[in-house]
Amino acid sequence: MNLGHIDPALLLAALLVAATPILLAAIGELVVERAGVLNLGVEGMMITGAICGFAAAVETGSPGLGFLAAAGGGAVLALLFAGLTQFALANQVASGLALTLFGLGLSSLLGQGYVGIKPPPTPHLDLGPLGDLPFFGTVLFSHDIVVYLGLALVVAVWAGLKYTRSGRILRAVGENHDAAHALGYKVVRVRILAILFGGACAGLGGAYVSLVRVPQWTEGMTAGAGWIALALVVFASWRAGRVVLGAWLFGGVSVLQLNLQAAGVAIPVEYLSMSPYLITILVLVIMSANRSRAPGSLGRVFHASG
Amino acid sequence: MLRVERRPQPSRFWTWLTPPLAVAITMIAGGALFAALGENPVAAIRTIFWEPLFGEFAFYYRPQMLMKGAPLILIAVGLSLGFRAGIWNIGAEGQYIIGALTGAGVGLAFYPLDAWYIFPLMVVAGALGGWAWAMIPALLKIRFGTNEILVSLMLVYVAEQLLAQMSLGLLKNPDGFGFPGSRNLQDYAAAHNAEIIAGTGMHWGVVAALGAVIAAHVLLQRHILGFRVRLTGQAPRAARFAGVSPARLVLFCLGTAGALAGMAGMFEVSGPSGQVSIDFNVGYGFTAIIVAFLGRLNPLGILLAGLLMALTYIGGEIAQSDLGLPAAAIQVFQGMLLFFLLAVDLLTNYRLRLRTPEVAP
Repeated sequence: MNLGHIDPALLLAALLVAATPILLAAIGELVVERAGVLNLGVEGMMITGAICGFAAAVETGSPGLGFLAAAGGGAVLALLFAGLTQFALANQVASGLALTLFGLGLSSLLGQGYVGIKPPPTPHLDLGPLGDLPFFGTVLFSHDIVVYLGLALVVAVWAGLKYTRSGRILRAVGENHDAAHALGYKVVRVRILAILFGGACAGLGGAYVSLVRVPQWTEGMTAGAGWIALALVVFASWRAGRVVLGAWLFGGVSVLQLNLQAAGVAIPVEYLSMSPYLITILVLVIMSANRSRAPGSLGRVFHASG
Repeated sequence: MLRVERRPQPSRFWTWLTPPLAVAITMIAGGALFAALGENPVAAIRTIFWEPLFGEFAFYYRPQMLMKGAPLILIAVGLSLGFRAGIWNIGAEGQYIIGALTGAGVGLAFYPLDAWYIFPLMVVAGALGGWAWAMIPALLKIRFGTNEILVSLMLVYVAEQLLAQMSLGLLKNPDGFGFPGSRNLQDYAAAHNAEIIAGTGMHWGVVAALGAVIAAHVLLQRHILGFRVRLTGQAPRAARFAGVSPARLVLFCLGTAGALAGMAGMFEVSGPSGQVSIDFNVGYGFTAIIVAFLGRLNPLGILLAGLLMALTYIGGEIAQSDLGLPAAAIQVFQGMLLFFLLAVDLLTNYRLRLRTPEVAP
């Protein structure tokens, strides 16, 4: 065992990379839940995005197109959820579970021919002299564009929900759909758009796992990241800024346990691999004391006839 | 233009007709999927649904249906109680794994003693293991209000890691030449969940599954506790005024589901599977969610749905070896079934009407 080999700068840089998939998925789900819809299919949309992005990147040779395809794949799957919950008025918990089960199957079907292939590398953004800064250069300015995109998306969602008219309409729909309907807002339309946005974000997060983080395709490779993203939204009390903190916490835990595995700590690998899930439970317990910030209409079926 | 109108009462007619309708639609959509994969859709559907029951080798596949159906039914009956009351235990896969570990652990601890009481002790240990694993989300929910969906699911991943550690460590076969995995319980008569009548697939897990179906049916129809479960699901506020304690209901629903899932895991590890190994679990805990909904959360419905889902598993395996259909295709097929079921369920609670032009009075 040798902990001296763990470089803090590289550790922090890896933390940002590890946090990105759950950050993307969680910020998407946050918007969905603020619109009053609970989509438990994040894991299914993530894994579908992972294979769609991987396949598109391998076929075209362009990681950029891969990420686009991933967002599209996630959104298409989300559309199924939207159809079930908004038109067929199905139970949201059951529909979300169906989405996850279906997505896991679909992804392994699509991924048949892609096992063992290396995807085209996603280039790191060249930030000129910033990248040469000691310590901060490695930690902050040596990443690919998706890492920054994720952070920019959080700022955009925060500002969008707080300051724009459409953000306020979305929150109104989530807090009380009957009142929003009475005011003339299109509840179903707002929710469908939110669900599609959530699907696209989850798809991007999944593709980040298969194209950058691992980078490879294996069945079920998201390994619960979608569920951790769902927990993150609760952890963040449905506030965008806190999603970043939460994602970094989970990114930190998963990077740290990987480093401890590599350093040969005298704990069996399996116990270290459990830690992100156990930390998630712990955090959920701590945060669940305060549920007052949950959107008022979260998970309830809206039917205009009242 | 179609208009959706809420029914005053869920339609009894559609309640029972939607599952077969969903199966029929899934067969059509699944056929299209198989055609897209370059298979003859009719042949593929026939292979999955006809071959195991009436084909040339049906004598081999029919017992398999009981073996695969039993864990699905056992788990789904437990889950359905919670689903009815709005308590969402989706971590049955984890409870199934832990039940298998504790059950097999007790059996292996007695090795090589030959005594009649070993197998019953293993059943109790399996049920207790699953129960204890389900108590984690239950206690966290009633003490801290933690979301049971996320906690029970997170515990699946923890259980999978624990399974890997146990099959590499504590429960590893000391005579196994260093290979991962425990001793094979099929070779240890006192702990073997053997077929009660050889060649029928009828093992103790099947008996337990049938028992669970009957017990759940009696509970829901005749017992006050079953009434409370149903009441809480349909009208939570009314249930509270009627004196139903939500905490006790959570403990009961999650505990029962955990114990049944744990038993299912134990029957599997000591019977068809035989040993604790890294890839012991094959997703019965998740498929059971589909079974519970397909059976309309009704014990008798679950019995039929479990057998149907077992059929798709076996038919899928035949299609895999005979037609070269990928294993994932059957997983998609099962996922589609739940989708269509939820979609056509609209007809149970709502009425579709053609919109007539409204005239101002």
